[in-house]
Amino acid sequence: MGHEQKYVDKKYEVVGTRFNRPDGIDKVTGKARYGADASAPGQLVGRVLRSPHAHAQIVKINTAKAEKLPGVKSIVTSADLPDLTGGDQGLADILENCLARGRALYDGHAIAAVAAVDEQTAAKALKLIEVKYKKLPHVTDVDEAMSESAPVIHDRIFTRGVEPKPSKPSNIAARTQMGYGDVDVGFAEADVIIEKTYKTEQTHQGYIEPHACLASVNPDGSAELWVTTQGHFVFRNVCASLLGLDIAKLKVTSSEIGGGFGGKTHVWGEPVALALSRKANRPVKMVMGRDEVFRGTGPTSSTSIDVKMGAKKDGTITAAVAEMRYQGGAFPGNWAMLACMTAFACYDIKNNKSVGWDVVVNRPKVAAYRAPSAPMAAFAVESTIDLLAKEVGISPIDMRLKNVAREGTQAPYGPTYGPIGIEHTLKAVKDHPHMRAKLKKNQGRGVACGFWFNIGGQTCTDLNISVDGTVNLTLGTVDVGGSRSSMAMIAAEELGIPYDQVRANIADTTSLGHNDMTEGSRGTFSSGMATIFAARDAISVLKQRAAQMWGVPEEDVIWENGQAIATGEGHGNLPALTLQEIAAKSGRTGGPIAGHNEVVADGAGMGFASHICDVEVDPETGRSSIVRYTVVQDAGKAINPDYVEGQFQGGATQGIGWALNEEYIYGDDGCLQNPGFLDYRIPVCSDLPFIDTKILEVPNPLHPYGVRGVGETSIVPPLAAVGNAIANATGVRMTHAPMSPPRVLAAIDAQENAG
Amino acid sequence: MRYATPASAKEAAGLLSKEKGAAFLLAGGTDLLVKLKMGMVEPDLVVDIKRIPKINEIQTSAKGFTIGAAVSGAVIGEHKGLNAAWPGVVEAANLIGSDQIQGRATLAGNLCNASPAADSVPAMIVAGAKAVIVGPNKKRTVPVEKVVEGPGKTCLTKGEVIEAIVLPKPEPRTGDAYMRFIPRTEMDIAVVGVAISLKLERGVVKKAKVALGAVAPTAVVVPAAARALVGSKLDDASLEKLAAACSAACNPIDDKRGTVEYRTRVAGVLAKRAAKLAFQRAGGAL
Repeated sequence: MGHEQKYVDKKYEVVGTRFNRPDGIDKVTGKARYGADASAPGQLVGRVLRSPHAHAQIVKINTAKAEKLPGVKSIVTSADLPDLTGGDQGLADILENCLARGRALYDGHAIAAVAAVDEQTAAKALKLIEVKYKKLPHVTDVDEAMSESAPVIHDRIFTRGVEPKPSKPSNIAARTQMGYGDVDVGFAEADVIIEKTYKTEQTHQGYIEPHACLASVNPDGSAELWVTTQGHFVFRNVCASLLGLDIAKLKVTSSEIGGGFGGKTHVWGEPVALALSRKANRPVKMVMGRDEVFRGTGPTSSTSIDVKMGAKKDGTITAAVAEMRYQGGAFPGNWAMLACMTAFACYDIKNNKSVGWDVVVNRPKVAAYRAPSAPMAAFAVESTIDLLAKEVGISPIDMRLKNVAREGTQAPYGPTYGPIGIEHTLKAVKDHPHMRAKLKKNQGRGVACGFWFNIGGQTCTDLNISVDGTVNLTLGTVDVGGSRSSMAMIAAEELGIPYDQVRANIADTTSLGHNDMTEGSRGTFSSGMATIFAARDAISVLKQRAAQMWGVPEEDVIWENGQAIATGEGHGNLPALTLQEIAAKSGRTGGPIAGHNEVVADGAGMGFASHICDVEVDPETGRSSIVRYTVVQDAGKAINPDYVEGQFQGGATQGIGWALNEEYIYGDDGCLQNPGFLDYRIPVCSDLPFIDTKILEVPNPLHPYGVRGVGETSIVPPLAAVGNAIANATGVRMTHAPMSPPRVLAAIDAQENAG
Repeated sequence: MRYATPASAKEAAGLLSKEKGAAFLLAGGTDLLVKLKMGMVEPDLVVDIKRIPKINEIQTSAKGFTIGAAVSGAVIGEHKGLNAAWPGVVEAANLIGSDQIQGRATLAGNLCNASPAADSVPAMIVAGAKAVIVGPNKKRTVPVEKVVEGPGKTCLTKGEVIEAIVLPKPEPRTGDAYMRFIPRTEMDIAVVGVAISLKLERGVVKKAKVALGAVAPTAVVVPAAARALVGSKLDDASLEKLAAACSAACNPIDDKRGTVEYRTRVAGVLAKRAAKLAFQRAGGAL
């Protein structure tokens, strides 16, 4: 159906106001059903045995003793998940990550799994599984993994993107290069050149809800999966492929989700739970412990980044080069490529070059984490820009404004920007009262910018009108950040009815066509677009029914303010028919009234933000406290400003945690030492001030309401904003994140010793 | 797993001493339950002491305070007498865990868990606290600093139970303080902890006791640090001496929570701050 995607400026009745989410009451009263809150008759408890070694050959797995334990109903190893991936290496990597195949590739890699009648039996059975390991040399550091002497983890990896093709395998999966212009010419034009190396440690998404699912496979090949996920349709397709099931026979229901941030876009235990259920012929519930979540799932890359930038005395950046090394865990990823796309995206730099190295190490398979790869690149680039600004004697904001990307600027990754909001956010920051607030002793202020893409993708949506005129909106994109409320608002806006007349629900995979994940800040953009079109589809049915009720030609009916109005000669005096009146008669005018839309939403916008951070540093302990923080971001159009602000605040909070204390700590043995929230320190409430927000609206020209995704960009600037603030407070430039107290104190000492 | 609720400390001691399997004492349970959940311990017997009369009470006498082994941090925090007498002990007890944990966590439990980083232990040591230990056959009283022998190891023999912690009535013009370093603001484990108590006479430190946590296998009493304070009005020179003595007494490890260098350095920094606070609490003017 040819619906108009272009932005149209108009006045809204519902959109842009603030409503409570439909899932709110269940969540605050504890009634909401999350991943671990489903149960089935006869269900078993699934538990996973994990590798205690960073890298080891699995010589033998003996499950005989465990199988004999009363109450144990099935045990699976990789032998129970035969490789059906047919040469798809990406899928084969997922399979190998779910259950090790001959080798444990990292501490926490799943080796085998048990389903038993209860928790105690399952735990006992795990201890009875005998695994004979032969330890292999390991490497967990990205720079070490790239060295000639590093143990090579996969002999199938020959670096892509280099000429000639390497003759030897290595841990370097790929080299990527992006940019344009001639950086040598650019550096020759520069009056000032800054060159610095940065490091960032590995962090986890830190969702409070652990991975959890309930799997049930029948002997006829039909199956059900209840799971906490950001994309149940994608989980369905992946699980069906790995287990050899027909896609339509696997029904996946997404539970309420207690945080995902990208980490629930990947399958981990779900194929294993399905395999256990298939073997036991009973439902299997599997809930990870926190240590399993840390050791076995999720984290983002640790990185090592060189940045070189040159500028003229007037502040014009003439050349910029970034060389970025990202580890993807034990399997190749494209994380450094994403870094190349985002590193210089906020700026118009005539000569720029980004080189990315995707590297494998003995750590968990890296997963997407909110604007994956961008925060680390921004830490390096935005810190360097502050150094340049200082050197040429321009304020950090003016330095950025001088070089800011605008409509018409070519992005480093190729396309030319349409209308974008980075300049608007910087100007808003410059004018913000926060910038004029007085700083106290030991306090400093930093500013940083960030960019992240939005994606569109496949969406399929139904809208059904009940006989009383209330509306069910049936969505297939998982609600991670309040999208049910936003979608219901959009439907209400289009139909011209109150918000509380629309109820939005997330359907299972048998109830709608394929929907892509809630990732890439796509939910409100693409599902919102499908909702608009589905509502307009329903309106055309409503008009047709009204015409039928009146006995007038359909083309004489218009839809306004939730009612059909007959226009034109002869029937101008007909009383308008409301949605309720038309719905009430629908049984006699052609049956239920519905709208539907399936779309591949193109034209996703770009998300830009600028942040202001005030920090206080204790010069004797190196401890940094965030005393004030402001997020300014372009939302295109904020459908429900409450949840847009929530995204801004949440992303900033995660970025601050990363900036200050969050990190994976590995021992010399290659094992993770802090797989828990006690020693993996996400911020607690009292660590943070109120995160202030300012929503800007620069419409996305390719969305009917101008919507841009807002979920991810807010995590991009904080590392650099905090680093720049610490530099302002102490005079010390931190190049290693997190900027934890020992690192800051050591840097202060080094500066004092240098005189 | 069996669960018992004895009516006296002696009965608890009897149950524990007779048990052939793995037996654990349950007071607040804030350590035991975590260990159970993580699969670190598999008890055959759990002896819950919370039903023992008076074990949930703080008793005040002319000599001082007797804090029952099951008295929670929250109760300690609300006790006016304790707050007035030993604010350092109270603040150390109240730093442990979250509000929810405070409703359960106990001083005796913090002591028996024998973590090098236990917050309340250095504070109890400098306050001169003693543990009343009940065995199946006899009762003994041991200074807190002698209870912990190493990480996870105490002087308690099989069957012995701490019934109460006894704190003396402070001498006039005494002040105590506990400070710890954590990267966050709460819900964390001390990277360094410093407890100091001191007594003033005419504005000058007459007596002092300094103990450090999280910088050695057990809490460390630092006589040299105390000597640095005695006779001073906390002038810069004595504070520097105090810091140096505290740093010198550190024997920490490099681990996920902090480096040797960092812990050693910050022990000195916190000692100076804790000394000032204790000094003011004792009525001293800085």
